[in-house]
Parts: sequence; C-alpha cells; structure tokens
Amino acid sequence: MQGGKLELDDIQHILLTRAPAITGRYEFLSFRNAAGGRAWLSAILEKVHSAAAVRASVGKDKRWVSVAFTWNGLRALGVDDTSLATFPEEFKQGVVARAEILGDSGANHPKNWVDNTASPDLHAIVILFAKDPAERGRCQSEHKKLIAHCEGVEVLSSLDLEAVPPLAYPHDHFGYRDRLSEPAIEGSGDEPRPGFGGSVKAGEFILGYPDEEGSIPPLPRPEVLSRNGSYMAYRRLQEHVGAFRDFLRQHGETQEQQELVAAKLMGRWRSGAPLVLAPHKDDPELAADMQRTNNFNYKEMDPHGYAVPLGAHIRRMNPRDTAANMNRRRMIRRGAPYGPHLPEGTPEDGKERGIAAFVICASLVRQFEFAQNVWINDKNFHELGNERDPIIGNQDGTLEYKIPMRPIRKKITGLPAFTTLRGGAYFFLPGLKALRYLASLGTPR
Amino acid sequence: MSDTPKQHDWTKPAAMAIPKGGFFKDKVEQGRYGPIFPKTPACYGFTIIAKIKPGREETIRSYAKKIEETIAGLPEALEVLQLHYLRWVLFDINKETYFMYQGIFDTDFDKYTEDAVALFSKYGINTVFENLEGFPEDWKTNASAFVEFVREHQCPSFLEYGEYPYVSAREIKKALKLKAAFSDALDQMQ
Repeated sequence: MQGGKLELDDIQHILLTRAPAITGRYEFLSFRNAAGGRAWLSAILEKVHSAAAVRASVGKDKRWVSVAFTWNGLRALGVDDTSLATFPEEFKQGVVARAEILGDSGANHPKNWVDNTASPDLHAIVILFAKDPAERGRCQSEHKKLIAHCEGVEVLSSLDLEAVPPLAYPHDHFGYRDRLSEPAIEGSGDEPRPGFGGSVKAGEFILGYPDEEGSIPPLPRPEVLSRNGSYMAYRRLQEHVGAFRDFLRQHGETQEQQELVAAKLMGRWRSGAPLVLAPHKDDPELAADMQRTNNFNYKEMDPHGYAVPLGAHIRRMNPRDTAANMNRRRMIRRGAPYGPHLPEGTPEDGKERGIAAFVICASLVRQFEFAQNVWINDKNFHELGNERDPIIGNQDGTLEYKIPMRPIRKKITGLPAFTTLRGGAYFFLPGLKALRYLASLGTPR
Repeated sequence: MSDTPKQHDWTKPAAMAIPKGGFFKDKVEQGRYGPIFPKTPACYGFTIIAKIKPGREETIRSYAKKIEETIAGLPEALEVLQLHYLRWVLFDINKETYFMYQGIFDTDFDKYTEDAVALFSKYGINTVFENLEGFPEDWKTNASAFVEFVREHQCPSFLEYGEYPYVSAREIKKALKLKAAFSDALDQMQ
C-alpha cells in the first residue's frame, strides 16, 4: 500500500504526541551480537506505543517509550547490505562524518563529546519519558534487568532528564519558554495554529506518504522497514547558565533591560511572547495563547528587525515569509532539559545542564542539515556578515550580534558561546511493524 | 551597511588564480552535497557546459523568450538564487551543439540547492535542462542527482576578476537605493 491515510497505529508516538512527562531518561546502546540485540528489541517492543495508542490512553499512562537505531545499529541487528545501501547518504555517513557541514567544530567537535554517541559502536537509543521520578526509577531498573538477560547488549551511556522548575510551563535552563512551535501534520487530526501557514504534508516527517512536492519520495528497502518511519537527529546541548546571566548583566543595568537583551537574542521574551507582537514590554498572557503567540510575519511586520533582530534565534530557525519553500524545511522537535536547576542568584556551579533534543524529519539533509548549515551557522545569513545563531550557533567569541535600533543599532562584539554540543547522533525511528520485522531478522521464515 | 569581512575592500579591484579542478586543496569547505567551490572576487558562480540532445536547439532557444516574459511579469521570480547575472550560450563543436549556462551569484549553490530545484521546476527552467544529454530523469525528487549533474558538467574558472570585489547584489541595490534617497533628500532642500 502506498500513501493513503496516516497509519497512526503503526507510527511511533513520539512523532505525533508530546508526553505529559516531567522526567525521563535516554540510554544509548550497543549490540555486540545480533541475536542479543534482537532479543532486547523483541522484549522492549511491546512497550513502544503507537501514536493512536498514546492518544487513546493519555491521562492514564505513566511512561512513554521510543526506540530508534543508527545505520550501524541496523547492520548490527542483521539488516543486509542491499537494504542498508538504500538508506540516504547522510544517514549512512552518520553525524560524526557530517560534523563540518553541521558546524560542529572547535568546542562542539565530536571528539569532545562526553556520552560515547560519537562512537561507531552506538547502535540504538531507548527514550523514556515518565510522569514522575518514581516511575522513571522503576522503568530504569526493569530495563537494567532486561539488558542483563540479553547477551552482548551494552549501555554506552545514559542521561537523566528533569523539567526545570517552576513546572507551570516548559522552559529551558536559560528560562526561555519551550514548545511554542509545532507544525501540524496533514491527516494527523491536529489543527494548524494561526501563523504557521497551514498544515504540512505527512511525507515531510513520515516515510511512505506524499510530501510537499506532491509525490512519495523513494523509500529505503524493504518497505516494511521504512514505512511509517522517520529520521531523528539527536543533540545534547549544554547551556552555560552562569555565562548567559553574566552576559545579560553586562549588557543591561536594570532587570527590564536585561530581560530585553535576553528577548533580543531569542526573538521572544523569556515568557514566550514574540517581540514582533510585543516589542517593548513582555506580555505573558500573549505568550501562553497558542492562537496568538505565533501569529506574525517578518516581511510586512518587521522587515528591518527593529523588533526581532535579523540574526535572532527564532528568525533563523523559522524565517517565515522571508524564506522560500518553508514547508520543505519544517521539523518536529522533541526532548527535555537535563541537569540540575541553577536558581537565579546562585553562582555557576560548573555542573553540566542543558537540553537533550531530537529533531525529527523525513530528510536529514534537506531539513535538519539545512537548518544547521544555512540558518544557524551561516555567518552571512540575511547579509549579516559576521554572525551565527546567538543561542545554538557555533560561537567562538570572535563573532558579533547586531540589534537594530533607532537612530543607530547596537552591535555586540565578541559574543560568547552560551551553549556547547556534548553529544549527537542520527537515528532511524521505525514504525511498529518495522520494529517487529527487525526483531524477527535471522529467524527462518 | 553589511559587515563583510574587512579584508575585502571593494575599492580595490582583485583577481584570483584558481587551481586546476576549481578548489584550493588545503581549504575546501564541505557542503551538504559535497565540496563547495570557493568564493572569488567575482562572487560565487558556475559555468555548466553540456551537450544538447540532437534536434533540440530551437526548443532550447525558445526558452529565452519564455523566461524574459516570466521575469517581466514577476521580477522577483529568481530572488532565491541571489543572482547577479545569467548567461546562456549555444555553440557548436564538431557539428554537435553545446549549451553553456553561466551564473554569477552570492551564495554557494549547495546552500539553496533544493530551493533552486523547486524554482527551476516552477518556472520551467528545468525543461531546458531536460534537453541536455545525461540530465537525471528523477531530478525533481532527487536533489543529489541534480547536484551531481551540475558538478559533472561544471567547468571551473582558472581566473576570476572583480572590479568591485566580493560585493553582493543586495549590497549594490542597497547602495543605489541610498543614493536615490539622498538625491530625493537634496531635492527637498532646494
């Protein structure tokens, strides 16, 4: 079967739903032998739920599990060379080989990563989101038991996730409200919110459906493996909260001025209110109103960047009406903060904290890598000449950041790095049937 | 005004000799679809030369008028490509006809490959390429096959010169706009 209605009962839930979790854990696995890897997958796949199942039981569930594999991981499970060859080039190469394209150099280079994700031995990730710490603990010890029974399955590293307090709304360690941008996928039942330019064809995110070009792009073979799957880029981004707060104090004398500097880097106040709609004063009510918080453009409403500077994070990540073919560059973002909260007024404690996020899309090269290469790290984005994304761009202290103002702009030179990449990977996120197919490889049929 | 790196002084004309193959071996930047040809005093650009399919010369020529009309009606149609100039040439070698597509633009082609592919199909430039030998049939859904064709038929320059080196089309337009605004202002003061 080709195209047609979204098979919500086969698509992993993480693609279409956000679990109401406040904690979680990622484990990065290696399979020393194929049979052990398949035994692990056979046991865990009943815990991996579809989008349909999670939608039906949300409110009752206490934990949500997803699994995904690197190209090396598919091989380690026994996928044959003919099939492996049909996967896209950038996925085969993996994130380490693509480092230069992604702008992962200097401090962000894979050789500095801390979680073994740069290793060719990385084969799989299991993602756990949990309702509370007790549930996470229970799942963690169950998974430990499972792995002990599966020969050759090894945990390369793990990462515990924690929502940052206050828990009233999701935000990162810098205090910026998160989860404001979510493309609505055609046929998923989600309605596009004002300002998103309508819903996006499923094929932009899920393999086996028509994309914005109107056709179904070629799929990796066999179809049972690729259909209802997707690609997932993992980024573990450390946030230097102390340096960020020092920067705000250095560039703003009063609390209000500091909030404005933070807003100018992002393009939104930390509450989430967009500067285009609230240029002079924060508006938390606007921020939380999903009908309004994205309802703006740049070409007419802020062409020169007097509200949102041309190089601000949200202007780079979603240039809206100032970029061509926006619907071919959309991405789904998932993930959560990790590391201990650093309360306001507390000096930097040197502990690692940040965001461990996934970017989900149907084509890593056209969507994720484009965003990294052209939007985030192109110094000449919007003719800026000497800038990169002030929050997640590769910053080495030599670049600048320009804030348009009347009569003359403010130019910040020597912008410090507020984030450092500490881990990364490219995964394939199979549908549920594909997981069963992978688990059954090697058994006589 | 833009903050193009200071070493690029637009008042000083500059020439650049380019090694055979088109790349400076020690500083090849990797793009998503392969190595990126360097920026020169004449900005980025390419010169694609390919043999046309027999009997297609008139078809190819007829596209010139079509594109003239498209641009007249929709001046911003090719904006995404950040072009300065396009030159299309047809010429014969040994009774076979070749098509030369020369473009000078401000961004390395790799960055906006997919946008260019989409644009080509939107305005029918694609069908010019379909009259060339070896052009991939699945180019619409296969950006990398398209790129491969372009790379295979690219003839890199070995010398490029700029009278006002490295200046982008947008900067030129901005400067002219500023000049016009100034003369307006001066007129107002008469």
